[in-house]
Amino acid sequence: VLDLTDDRGSFCGKILAELGADVIKIEKPGGDPSRNVGPFYKDIPDPKKSLSWFAFNLNKRGITLNIETRDGQEIFKRLAQKADFVLETFKPGYLDKLGLGYDDLSKVNPRIILTSVTPFGQTGPYSLFNSPDLINMSMAGYTFICGDSDRPPVRFSSDQSYMQSSLQATVGSLIAHYYREQTGEGQHVDVSMQESMIWTLCYAPHDWYLLKQIIHTREGSFWKRLGVTYRLIYPCKDGYVCYRLLMAQPGAEVMNDLIASMNKEGLGENMKDISWTTLSFTEVPQEKINEWEAEVGKYFLRHTKLELHEEAVRQRNVLQPVNNAKDLYESPQLASRDFWVQVRHPELRESITYPGSYFRSTETAWQKGKRAPLIGEHNDDIYIKELGFSRDVLAILKRENVI
Amino acid sequence: MTKKYALEGLKVLDFSWVFTGPIVTKYLGDHGAEVIKIESATRPDGTRLMTPFKPGAMGLNASGVFANYNSSKYSININLREPRGKEVVKKLVQRADIVLETFGPGVMTKLQLDYDVMKQVKSDIIMLSMTMVGQTGPHSQQPSFGQVLQATNGFVQLLGWPDRSPSLPVAAYTDYIAPWYVLIALMSALDFRRRTGKGQYIDLAMLEASVHLAAPMVMDYVVNGNIQDRMGNRNPGYAPHGVYPCKGEERWVAIAVATDEEWQALCKTMGNPEWTKSTKFETLLHRTEHQDELDKLIGEWTKNQTAEEVMAKLQAVGVAAGVLQTGEDLVDKDPQIKHREHFVELDHAEMGKHLTELPPFKLPKTPAYPQRPFPSFGEHTEYVCKDILHMGDDEFAELIGTGVLA
Repeated sequence: VLDLTDDRGSFCGKILAELGADVIKIEKPGGDPSRNVGPFYKDIPDPKKSLSWFAFNLNKRGITLNIETRDGQEIFKRLAQKADFVLETFKPGYLDKLGLGYDDLSKVNPRIILTSVTPFGQTGPYSLFNSPDLINMSMAGYTFICGDSDRPPVRFSSDQSYMQSSLQATVGSLIAHYYREQTGEGQHVDVSMQESMIWTLCYAPHDWYLLKQIIHTREGSFWKRLGVTYRLIYPCKDGYVCYRLLMAQPGAEVMNDLIASMNKEGLGENMKDISWTTLSFTEVPQEKINEWEAEVGKYFLRHTKLELHEEAVRQRNVLQPVNNAKDLYESPQLASRDFWVQVRHPELRESITYPGSYFRSTETAWQKGKRAPLIGEHNDDIYIKELGFSRDVLAILKRENVI
Repeated sequence: MTKKYALEGLKVLDFSWVFTGPIVTKYLGDHGAEVIKIESATRPDGTRLMTPFKPGAMGLNASGVFANYNSSKYSININLREPRGKEVVKKLVQRADIVLETFGPGVMTKLQLDYDVMKQVKSDIIMLSMTMVGQTGPHSQQPSFGQVLQATNGFVQLLGWPDRSPSLPVAAYTDYIAPWYVLIALMSALDFRRRTGKGQYIDLAMLEASVHLAAPMVMDYVVNGNIQDRMGNRNPGYAPHGVYPCKGEERWVAIAVATDEEWQALCKTMGNPEWTKSTKFETLLHRTEHQDELDKLIGEWTKNQTAEEVMAKLQAVGVAAGVLQTGEDLVDKDPQIKHREHFVELDHAEMGKHLTELPPFKLPKTPAYPQRPFPSFGEHTEYVCKDILHMGDDEFAELIGTGVLA
């Protein structure tokens, strides 16, 4: 896999690398600007210490190559002859201009799969828009439905359109790969960040198409639908928990165990003797729901996320903690499955904790960690050992700013 | 160029329900795989009962969300508790490549339909079980659902204002991370089978998959002790970076400025008003330090224009701007979405016209397209038994009569 992506697409190659693919990150001489994306190791802004770079380039090899030079283009084509995939996040048309677009690459290797990830896809009226995450999220209809009703809409404080489109790019590449293995034919996988986020909306397009309604706006910690509002996020002693009163569904009898716990602390007197399994949201007046939620909220405020979650696990109730990074790292569930892995960073003289395998298989393993490449770390491996260049040629290429 | 389906010939047996699993099998089906969705007379997929419904249509075949996530599939109703129901399942396994299930841990074992059984029937079967936190571990038996589970993935606490409680995504965000990982795992398992002849069993946890998207955030805690929190619309490296009111009710435009050149272009488009000349806004650092004031001033400029006008003017000079689109904008107006044919209008025998989505990636040689609209509840029980499994009329009638099939 030849990986030309910046920080918006490097997650895609990382997913292939952890499945065992040989992914070669190709950076400009001097290094990819996405090495400057934080957070940084020990909070030191340094292109060699970006934790984002580490995370999304794990298990890759790395070379430098200036594809804007003629020699760089020739070298890239030689690499593409032996490659299965090329991944890129340039503006539509950029690789074509360099003579490295799909038509050019498929001539040297008809099996090649070129995967392009851009905000709006390769063609169409918005395809050349300047569109970082906030714009992708907004154009996808996602920002409109997030936040509090008395303030402007908000986005995640995290670039989710890049993550989502990288995942979709991986799926599209692997479906194209399946077809290629049957037929020998590659193709150009054209991924849109806007459409990747539209996929996460669920209701909005259908609410409009079927009902001509815009139902969800900005409901904050609540959820409103079918004329009923219910609370989902509750403050607790040390943060927040996510819970929904259970009514009118199998399993709703566990409400009684929660209420029993509340009773021990003098709370929930107004919630006794209710047949939770047969109640329905649409039959109970909103004031009643508000009253019960307020009572449950008092109980949650007295306890920590962990206490409340442990109790919910015991009572087979559905409550979950609103986790931050610390909570995730300390999760007993993740620990019990040996989820976290330690990856050696010899240059930093330590090991860093990374998320590990998201699957357990009877046959295949998740590739456990080689740290992300240093700038040009594998130039010798690839240019000398694999492409057969001499040291002299390499020195010239370096002088000419090709590598 | 003749266009074909990428996954023609692939056979999938689908025990999954609600959102995550069905999205996976819709992707496979829309790329040409044969997907047989197993429900039972007493347990339809719960999404069939989710709003919005087609006005005037009733029952199990009118949900817009179900329709979207179940195109291209056959639906068969089998009572899995009946030994003869299990026999039908095993016949389907014999000819399948993939079995997907999303029950709680242990349910397939109780049904005597776990991987050990499947493997006996078809030695190279690929079976994937997707659960919220995995088949094992102290929380594996806790019941939950996506809307609540999404709080655990680390992103919910990053959505909203720093002085307020977090906002909750309307649709469970983890339900829209796991499907892509399940597809990646399945397509990789097919590749592994092609190379080795071996099938496999995969235990995939939604929580573990979604934590991968949060990797830098967790590493920032482990290495630096930092706990990242929600920042409203702030984003280091950009100023302004926000959402601004426009003409009309609940109309907004997003603007994000990274460089001083973009800032100059924004000022020029605003007509270089006096306030833009203040040193407070001269550089990224200055603008970052005065963002609240900056947001107010930009909002004064946007509020008398339509969001579309602001977007067009700013994009024309290279400044990142975009309308906060609604369901109406996406379905009826956005010319890019139309160009990309993201939504497809299908006609269903009972529900009538509805929308389904296509994947956000285009495969020009093998474009995805629904083979047919979503199946009515149990619509293909007879077709699957007689045409696919070649079951005799008498046997089929008997299995229907005894409630094994419906």
